[in-house]
Amino acid sequence: MNAHLQPTGSAYFLTQETQQIERHTLSVLVDNEPGILARVVGLFSARGYNIESLTVSETEHGRRLSRITVVVTATPRVLVQIKLQLERLVPVHRVHDLTAEGSAIERELALIKVAGTGEHRGETLRLADAFRAHIVDATVESFVFEVTGKPDKIDSFIALMQPLGLVEVVRTGLAAISRGKESL
Amino acid sequence: MAEKMTGAEMVIQALTDQGIEHIFGYPGGAALPIYDAMFQQDFVKHILVRHEQGATHMAEGYARSTGKAGVVLVTSGPGATNAVTGLTDALLDSIPLVCITAQVPTTLIGTDAFQECDTVGITRSCTKHNYLVKDIAELPRIMHEAFRIATTGRPGPVVVDIPKDVQFAVGDYYRPDDASLRHQSYRPQVDGDAKAIEAAVDLMLKAERPIFYTGGGVINAGPEASENLRELAELTGFPVTSTLMGLGAFPASNPQWMGMLGMHGTYEANMAMHDCDVMINIGARFDDRITGRVDAFSPNSTKIHIDIDPSSINKIVRVDLPIVGDCNRVLEEMIRVWRSRTNQPRTEAIAPWWAEIQKWRSVNSLGFKNSDTVIKPQWAIQRLYEATRKQSKDVYITTEVGQHQMWAAQHFHFDKPNHWMTSGGLGTMGYGLPAAVGVQVAHPDALVIDIAGEASVQMTMQELSTAVQYRLPIKVFILNNERMGMVRQWQDLLHGSRYAHSYSESLPDFVKLAEAYGAKGIKCDTPAELDAAIADMLAYDGPVLFDVLVERDENCLPMIPSGKPHNEIILPDTAGIGDIIDEKGKMLV
Repeated sequence: MNAHLQPTGSAYFLTQETQQIERHTLSVLVDNEPGILARVVGLFSARGYNIESLTVSETEHGRRLSRITVVVTATPRVLVQIKLQLERLVPVHRVHDLTAEGSAIERELALIKVAGTGEHRGETLRLADAFRAHIVDATVESFVFEVTGKPDKIDSFIALMQPLGLVEVVRTGLAAISRGKESL
Repeated sequence: MAEKMTGAEMVIQALTDQGIEHIFGYPGGAALPIYDAMFQQDFVKHILVRHEQGATHMAEGYARSTGKAGVVLVTSGPGATNAVTGLTDALLDSIPLVCITAQVPTTLIGTDAFQECDTVGITRSCTKHNYLVKDIAELPRIMHEAFRIATTGRPGPVVVDIPKDVQFAVGDYYRPDDASLRHQSYRPQVDGDAKAIEAAVDLMLKAERPIFYTGGGVINAGPEASENLRELAELTGFPVTSTLMGLGAFPASNPQWMGMLGMHGTYEANMAMHDCDVMINIGARFDDRITGRVDAFSPNSTKIHIDIDPSSINKIVRVDLPIVGDCNRVLEEMIRVWRSRTNQPRTEAIAPWWAEIQKWRSVNSLGFKNSDTVIKPQWAIQRLYEATRKQSKDVYITTEVGQHQMWAAQHFHFDKPNHWMTSGGLGTMGYGLPAAVGVQVAHPDALVIDIAGEASVQMTMQELSTAVQYRLPIKVFILNNERMGMVRQWQDLLHGSRYAHSYSESLPDFVKLAEAYGAKGIKCDTPAELDAAIADMLAYDGPVLFDVLVERDENCLPMIPSGKPHNEIILPDTAGIGDIIDEKGKMLV
């Protein structure tokens, strides 16, 4: 994947990467301007970094700043590089590794469509209640639920809906914020 | 003070305000308004190239030899795509370029219009930053911001893509101050951390086997940085080596100079890097051509790394003491701190180290067997160097890429920064001839020589026509071995001598070719006639294509094979290895 992960850096004498892969959530504060998302995503693909999840929205309208929350998997060395490479981009203000800086609050929203009739509907509603999923649309043959929480909670809910008539799922990707009074 | 003008006029006005007297370009449909505006003024002079790649390399040569930004102007579509190689080259070698690309009118963007391409998309990953200007109100700010971003921090190429309707639109021109620039996120760190600099000097004061490993960052930090490097070297008494990009920052004539390091660096520089106890990296980036095998790279040293780009720190090699900052500022501060601690260089403490370096030097790793019958490429460069030393003119050298480039780095010696222009990071064959044109534009009275190979030079040969048009007396010194020498060398060492497509068939007659372009052609294939032929070349007041037929199968040595540690360097068989390395080591050599 990344040439620089290999101690020899040479195609003639390949060696294996020994560092463990970790999953980290980065919060990236950027100027909201045309092409910024392409710049960030392009950097990941150009340098062979892996994106697991990506969430983008303008968060400060007055200063036209957007917050990009990106979940990446990489070795510790590469994680540092990702942060520094992102900070090299001209419209990037700051990059915080929320995972490294302590336990951040991480939430995701999903809209989940489940179709079915008869006794499945009752079971579906009981499980939705247990997961605090809201019904945002209902027909005699279907429900659309809105569920928020950590990604693994949403994963569990989707898995439970599978045999009950799961039709489709849409997820926002992760939003994350640090605990305490400090800001980015 | 705002002034009404068209977008095209704003481009020229911004260039004028930035003090840009020369730009390199090629017109086309979408660029016509800018060319029209340029036609109606005298300050900005345009050099018409033959291919847009040539324009980018000319601008690189111009930038590298002056320290100012080089400016390129091309049209949309193929004009922009042809510039991509040069932009990438400038990105990897940190050369400040501003490339203005014309674009189809905003109303046609996205319609697959004639000569449309997604210029900002294509150049996003090969520029430091790029812009698509959709609103005339933004143009003055973007033009000036482009220069600021290209020339500050770690320099690099910036593309400004301007649609034709924006060039025609009328708006208010102003010259923004730094505070009104849009990207307040762009704040390069220029001052090194004071505590880190003190800690670095403390390490240097205890060093017994120190080494300065310097790179292109010293050149980019301006001539003062080279002055300060010289002063710090003198104050400390430490040996100095440099990357390909850093040649000239420290004078090759200084006894503390060990020659270039890396894959084709000297034995003494590479062995000293391997065995040092304190490494002071100033403006270099641990490129793979320098480190060789990373896990065996300088295993026992404490590493100090000065770099203006934080992402260079710990990218390849883990360092003990990073200092993010401008090389010149950090060097100034190091000198001040060193002086506050001592007035003496560490001559005595590092005398055993120098004795060891002396032993490595005596190997004479740049040695080669000369010949009476065939011109050896190394010897040709040595003769060229000797001939140029007698010139009263300032001498600038550019190169193409390959064996001749490494031989030039080894055998041509540089005492001043900004006099050596080569494609280091990207390794762009075809760089040297147009780069020489750019250097000559910036320094009309200087002697500018492109040390070339017969394969590389054919990639941008058409720019000889540009040299003839503008009466730029560049000298193209072709070491013609009828081979892509470096490719052949790797096939020799690593691919069982199967020379797949690494020879030059159907070569042109370079003398006739030169004459066809209106330049002078010289050919030489006899050692005894070389000096006289070089004298002819230097005496001619105009561009010269000099075809030097050299030994065909000479290998460029020393060489650290790709992925090998520094102490597994391959030496020429002329080297006096003696008792310096043991039997086991000899097997590796």
